[in-house]
Amino acid sequence: MYRYDQYDQSIVEARVEEFRDQTNRRLAGALTEDQFKPLRLMNGLYLQLHAYMLRVAIPYGTLSGKQMRMLGHIARKYDRDYAHFTTRQNLQYNWIKLEDAPDILAELATVEMHAIQTSGNCIRNISSDQYAGVAADEIVDPRPWAELLRQWSSFHPEFTYLPRKFKIAVIASQEDRAAMRLHDIGIELVKRDGVVGARIFAGGGMGRTPMVAPEIRDFVGEDEIISYIEACLRVYNRYGRRDNKYKARIKILVHEIGRDEYKRQVEEEFFAMKQLGLNPPTAELDRIRGYFADPAYETGLSDDIDRSDPAFALWIDQNVKAHKQPGYAIVNISLKPIGGIPGDASSAQIDLMADLAERFSLDELRVTHAQNIVLPFVKKADLYAIWQELDAVGLAEANLDLISDIIACPGLDYCSLANARSITVAQKIAERFADPVRQRDLGELKLKISGCINACGHHHAGHIGILGVDRRGIENYQLSLGGSGAEDASVGSITGPGFDENGIVDAVEKVTDLYVRERTEGERFLDTYRRLGMKPFKEALYG
Amino acid sequence: MKILTGNDLPTGDVIWWAGDGWSRLVADAVDVGETGDDLARREEAARHVVGAYVIDATPSDDGPRPAHIKDRIRALGPTVRPDLTLKPADPNAGQWVI
Repeated sequence: MYRYDQYDQSIVEARVEEFRDQTNRRLAGALTEDQFKPLRLMNGLYLQLHAYMLRVAIPYGTLSGKQMRMLGHIARKYDRDYAHFTTRQNLQYNWIKLEDAPDILAELATVEMHAIQTSGNCIRNISSDQYAGVAADEIVDPRPWAELLRQWSSFHPEFTYLPRKFKIAVIASQEDRAAMRLHDIGIELVKRDGVVGARIFAGGGMGRTPMVAPEIRDFVGEDEIISYIEACLRVYNRYGRRDNKYKARIKILVHEIGRDEYKRQVEEEFFAMKQLGLNPPTAELDRIRGYFADPAYETGLSDDIDRSDPAFALWIDQNVKAHKQPGYAIVNISLKPIGGIPGDASSAQIDLMADLAERFSLDELRVTHAQNIVLPFVKKADLYAIWQELDAVGLAEANLDLISDIIACPGLDYCSLANARSITVAQKIAERFADPVRQRDLGELKLKISGCINACGHHHAGHIGILGVDRRGIENYQLSLGGSGAEDASVGSITGPGFDENGIVDAVEKVTDLYVRERTEGERFLDTYRRLGMKPFKEALYG
Repeated sequence: MKILTGNDLPTGDVIWWAGDGWSRLVADAVDVGETGDDLARREEAARHVVGAYVIDATPSDDGPRPAHIKDRIRALGPTVRPDLTLKPADPNAGQWVI
């Protein structure tokens, strides 16, 4: 994985000291909250429902054991002994004291981490495929590009005050595991006639106006990707609406002027950009690539797994995925125990995951946008030992991509923007469908819950999506069906009138029961919905 | 009744105006009548509170009950982590929110 050079380290350390000074001045009264708020937000520090919340950046979701251990240490020392992994592959602490924030950032800096650009109208954490570098279906490794984009976008002076926040995802497989087309810009690395380049998508997003990004370039050579993305940003920065927060995202610009006109302007800007020679030198990309070279895999390892323990066998079938290297596997650690809080992990659990990474996964972990953790470099011979240790701390739920593997935002239990609680609904649904046989019979079913229209819980992209709303002070939940964040990306459609907290659980059961009755061989819930359309589901719910 | 709430500046803790200072307990909150906005400005300027705002509440034997569920959750703590609320020993504390 990438390691900071002296520039990275000195920039991050300087920012810590700058923020320490700003915090001291705020506490001493030299800065008002109006003056201080944009400064703390630039360092990922929000004021939430119960306390300050600190969002820590995890670039493209990649962590070393040492970094993971630091996250656990901070949770134990400065928070309430747990932390929350987010849908942007980041981590949040819910109970931070302002007076501690500079010390926390200083501790993060010792392990090459920070909270810069985890808030504000700038380019946020670059996200990517959690299986990058190890997936069997990968065209190239997207991580060098994600890292190059991270460096390019960090403190980019032109893009520090965009009309609105900006999210970029990079993938390099046909299977989209990063919800790429629901980003402001999506980059899919491809090979054409043996030449690496990228398809570029722009204008996707969730929030109150969900849109799947249209393709605006079917191929740009790898040496020009940065210039092309810069051109995309420049057009948005110039014409994106700053007069209305709700119409300020790039998706609105692309939609209002049309994909063709946006593309025309980007191409014009790109032509001008090319003359400036701003693309990073090939040697720099090669230097970054060096950090992501394949490890020294052991060869001659057996692919055999002893499946005699039935609970272990279930976990293998559900949570362990194919690795490109014989004898190795990709382990998904579910942070969705039945009745638990999606994405939460205690300090002890974080420590254990760090420990497992160091002992069994070449010192590396990944955070997924579905709020789970991946150990990417595991020898199949070590799987049983890992499973036993995970099981001992409640992290061996065998439910990856099943109905209880729910994405849920913090909702009204923590978030000042939320209108309704998300976690309680997630818990009730997981408990209703807790039977592992029933879950597996339902098959792949991505259920996503947001507590407000900002859609941090990706409900628009859920095969089943749930949106919490405030109906005259009472929590109410809208159901939507047919969304997808994968390569078949789509936005779900609302079924009709909403439900109360118990009613929404019953509603989910009604639509899954219909699916079970109507599915044909091999059909997922999403496939059946797409074949049948909304009508029978509506009848099942309201008829 | 109207009560005044906000967050403690250095710690971020949820606090309630208790008449002669701030309390962590909504039960201590007092009716601020029409003086809430002025109080909020004064207390923010003194750096005693951040993000202060006035809310509606209903008087009860246990003290003021905020009118909106969001403020009841602020007053108690996250309903999904009873151990982190202000009443960790009360298994029914969450019912007060609903």
